[in-house]
Amino acid sequence: MLMLEPRPAPSRVMTLASPLIALLLTALVAALLLAALGKDPLEGLRVIFAEPLSNRRQVSEVLLKATPLIVIALGLAVCYRANVWNIGAEGQFLLGCVGGGGVALWLTTQGIVLPKVLGLPLVLAAGMLGGMLWAGAVALLRDRYNANEILVSLMLVYVAQQSVNALVFGPWKDPQGFNMPQSAMFHASLHLPPLLERTRLHVGFVAALVLAAAVALFLFRSFRGFQLQVGGLAPAAARYAGFSSRSALWTSLLLSGALAGLAGAMEVAGPIRQVTPYLSTGLGFTAIIVCFVGRLHPLGIVVAGVLLSLMLIGGELAQSRLGLPNAMASVLQGLLLLILLACDTFIDQRLRWRRATGRAA
Amino acid sequence: MNETALLINTALASGTTLALAALGLLVNERAGVLNLGAEGMMLVAAVAGFAAALTTGSDTLGFLAAAAAGAALAALFAGLVIFLNTNQYATGLALSLFGYGLSAFLGVSMVGKSLSPRQTYEVPGLSDLPFVGPALFSHHPMVYVAIALAVAIAWFLYRTRAGLLLRAMGENPEPAHALGYPVRLIRLGAVCVGGALCGLAGAYVSLVTAPLWVEGLTAGRGWIALALTVFATWRPARVLLGAYLFGGVTVLQLSLQAQGVAISSHLLTMLPYLATIVVLVLISRNPAFIRLNMPASLGKPFRPGS
Amino acid sequence: MYRLELIGIGKQYPAVKANDGVHLRVRPGEIHAVLGENGAGKSTLMKIIYGAVRPDEGEIRWNGRPVRIASPAAARRLGIGMVYQHFSLFDTLSAAENVWLGLDGSLALDAVTQRIRDVAHTYGLDVDPLRPVHSLSVGERQRVEIVRALLTDPQLLILDEPTSVLTPQAVDKLFVTLRRLADQGTSILYISHKLDEIRALCHHCTVLRGGKVTGEVDPTRESNASLSRMMIGTEPPALQRRAQEAGPVVLAVDGLNLARQDPFGVDLHDIRLEVRAGEILGVAGVSGNGQQELLAALSGEDRRASPAAIRLSGRPIGDRAPRLRRRLGLHSVPEERLGRGAVPTMSLAQNTLLTRTESVGRGGWLRVASVRALARRLIERFQVKAAGPDAAAASLSGGNLQKFIVGRAIDAKPACLVVAQPTWGVDVGAAALIRGELLALRDAGCAILVVSEELDELFEISDRLVVVARGRLSPTVPAAEATVERIGSWMSGLWSTPAGAEA
Repeated sequence: MLMLEPRPAPSRVMTLASPLIALLLTALVAALLLAALGKDPLEGLRVIFAEPLSNRRQVSEVLLKATPLIVIALGLAVCYRANVWNIGAEGQFLLGCVGGGGVALWLTTQGIVLPKVLGLPLVLAAGMLGGMLWAGAVALLRDRYNANEILVSLMLVYVAQQSVNALVFGPWKDPQGFNMPQSAMFHASLHLPPLLERTRLHVGFVAALVLAAAVALFLFRSFRGFQLQVGGLAPAAARYAGFSSRSALWTSLLLSGALAGLAGAMEVAGPIRQVTPYLSTGLGFTAIIVCFVGRLHPLGIVVAGVLLSLMLIGGELAQSRLGLPNAMASVLQGLLLLILLACDTFIDQRLRWRRATGRAA
Repeated sequence: MNETALLINTALASGTTLALAALGLLVNERAGVLNLGAEGMMLVAAVAGFAAALTTGSDTLGFLAAAAAGAALAALFAGLVIFLNTNQYATGLALSLFGYGLSAFLGVSMVGKSLSPRQTYEVPGLSDLPFVGPALFSHHPMVYVAIALAVAIAWFLYRTRAGLLLRAMGENPEPAHALGYPVRLIRLGAVCVGGALCGLAGAYVSLVTAPLWVEGLTAGRGWIALALTVFATWRPARVLLGAYLFGGVTVLQLSLQAQGVAISSHLLTMLPYLATIVVLVLISRNPAFIRLNMPASLGKPFRPGS
Repeated sequence: MYRLELIGIGKQYPAVKANDGVHLRVRPGEIHAVLGENGAGKSTLMKIIYGAVRPDEGEIRWNGRPVRIASPAAARRLGIGMVYQHFSLFDTLSAAENVWLGLDGSLALDAVTQRIRDVAHTYGLDVDPLRPVHSLSVGERQRVEIVRALLTDPQLLILDEPTSVLTPQAVDKLFVTLRRLADQGTSILYISHKLDEIRALCHHCTVLRGGKVTGEVDPTRESNASLSRMMIGTEPPALQRRAQEAGPVVLAVDGLNLARQDPFGVDLHDIRLEVRAGEILGVAGVSGNGQQELLAALSGEDRRASPAAIRLSGRPIGDRAPRLRRRLGLHSVPEERLGRGAVPTMSLAQNTLLTRTESVGRGGWLRVASVRALARRLIERFQVKAAGPDAAAASLSGGNLQKFIVGRAIDAKPACLVVAQPTWGVDVGAAALIRGELLALRDAGCAILVVSEELDELFEISDRLVVVARGRLSPTVPAAEATVERIGSWMSGLWSTPAGAEA
């Protein structure tokens, strides 16, 4: 009979191979789904996974979408390593859009034109503040009242969504917008500079890479980062060492709120350039998947961010080219995470054949 | 009918989803397993039930299909968490994300379709009583089912030997294992039962409350149910009470909107979520209180033979 | 005919062969000891006998017939009863409910409650079936376990290290019960590493070392030295303890009162003690009497004490954080290794950073080379068998990890060291090294407080002894003047002079 037993030491092979195996299995399920829907599986897989890399413009779209995913996921990695389960990155992202978008809107409608070197950082900082505020609320309620951060941060997502709606249907509605629920477009001085001509890709992508390096330094070379991780791995050891769990809570939440807010501000100042009810297609939640697929490691997160962005773009392409429902990408993402979690268990455990039967379950 | 009776009636009706989901989570958590995938299970079950009712015209089949869908997803979750020992938080979260996507995918052809409004069932004799009649005795059958389930679960937990074992296992599975009970199988059973109840909760939204299907129909009720279980300190009677109180908040929101009160409808929609936060703060303030009432092994993996 | 016969039993785990060709024979009415140090394979063997684990090789015979024990339930049906060391009582239920769940369900709860009272009376065991288990002392819980096992009318009763949680007086009472059972024909398997007890109680003894049987003897005809030779291959190393004058008071605790934080914990009442430079104060006591709470207050994990209640060289530190206490010279070693003394998945090098922050540079950056150098130094000085400074803490054996953790504290040259259970679950070689290092540290002038449940160990290394019982301290007594009987009665809370005074 097959039994699962612990390994004497974690398997290095599986640590690296697990995400790849998970990806392959997900692609397999995708192929089966496509066949079940009456489409050619190989063509479908090509459209989802290969087509988005086929030309310069497509690649730029993939990197564009990867930018907020990477930035948000970096913050989440710090949180999850500290065992702070921030699920509300979507809400913090939206508050970043609101913060950054609000400042951009005010500058635009007041007719104030600042040099890019001043205006943009202002917008981005406002976004970071918005995200930090939203995440700070979660930290406050957990710190003072022990309220579970998973549920609080999630409830705040719904509150954030309704807040954005309230703003774009109300005070922020563009008076020249034909009564559409959206704000005025921001002035050109507040757009993020492009990275690649004739594409929408902006410098945010480079910023994301720099941030990845910074977070890596923080986690693996700073004492603060070390304390955070001990708190997440062994809270009793952290108490013994005298590491403050309160400081870990606030640091991780404020940091991830700032990053999610920054991502939001970059989205409004980058491709979108206004505030609408459709600012996020669940980016905050996809970022959670990016974080896990990237193994909570900055380098892995960069790769995973590009990968999941690829799947999202591929999903859109599949919708327009093959008539597949857009939700397919969503299903595959969720499936990828589930399969990854299952594969990960084989890092610390392995299957063995045992002659014995009748062991108590 | 009388204003207050109408209020109570609506509170009961709209609280039933939460009641069913929270009861399912209660069974789960009493066995020591935390399933954050409630929202995902409810969504998939909602779309499954809707599809079944749409094609066969039978609500009963709809609810059964939903319960089966919920139990199936729960079994997937259980397989990962109980037998492969994956992290309960991450896996539950993954299940919710997966469930969201899956429900959107499966329901693509049914978006916007709706069913005719459901009939309530007037309890013969009792529904003619003044005030109490309209308030308590003229509801959709599922409302009564939810109450009956709460009673049944309470009886099981507190009056049977199996229920005692389940509660004890939720506190600490080691002694149960040492005594030779199949801890993992019992937990699997509890998780599947919980999934089935969450399924019923999801179908209640798509078949009774709405009754239609759009992406994300349950709008976070699965998460609210998780908070509700803690609020009710894992007791069935309190779950009902809490669920109906929440139902009351929804009523408040609807009646304010109907009266054209000058608050943006978006802000009113926030009410249930803000209320959940308030509830969480109120119950969590005293950590000793939670620790005394919470099944102590909740969320911790169980490895036999370690 | 033998009641139980094990022939050539073997069991392989991934990293180690826990049992190798083990033979064991128990007659009806015999009290049979299984002797071995930690890690010798005793618990694996017991798990095989009561059905929790299946052997890879060998045969089991019960009353002459070969059997397959597939599960604990099957073992119970055969007539094998087990009194566990831990993990088998539900804290939140009453004793009766616990026993009820442990039986097959044919009796109602009330009938079971009555039977508990009957059995307890017959064997002179004081058990109240209706009290919730969390309110029972560890000794009382053990009695509930014994009653539960007896209710199944066992032909073989297995006791796993039963006396580690008992006062010496309670041990005597237990022995009376066991002898009575044996006289009535019940066989008893008594697992222990305590030589005196085995020689006093048991008719026969099988000695295990490294998974193999190294002797099958009549313990009443053996000496401690000969048994020890079978158990560890040599005689236990003798520790040198030089008598010396203690210096000034380093650690002073006065008027420490702490309410419990854990609902199942113990309140501390009016704790008063002193530890001087160059002496070891041993704190004895049955587990669960306030040791954990006292240690947390001293290490700084619990900061609710008033500042002056704990003084280090005169300086009030009762409410200060662990890092400040360490900077002032007070280091501690906790009871649990993995998860508290060290992070299991982190490397030894990383684990040094828990208490040794000399390698943290300005701005909070880690100097990685310096951290690894410290780890290497600790590994070498304290003979830690590990793959290197990058080895994960979880990959070390209990003894080696304990050497590392204790070494990490000793290497910091503390003015005061507080240690909990320094050699629990540690093999004899490592235990000897740790005790030797503690004595060397004491000779160098450190003030050491050792909390331990092993009376032998405390008698061996302490200069003075004190007992903690129900959150209060007994009088202190020089180790040379203390007797096991006196300490034993103090462990039950029976002392008359005010706490803290010299007896």
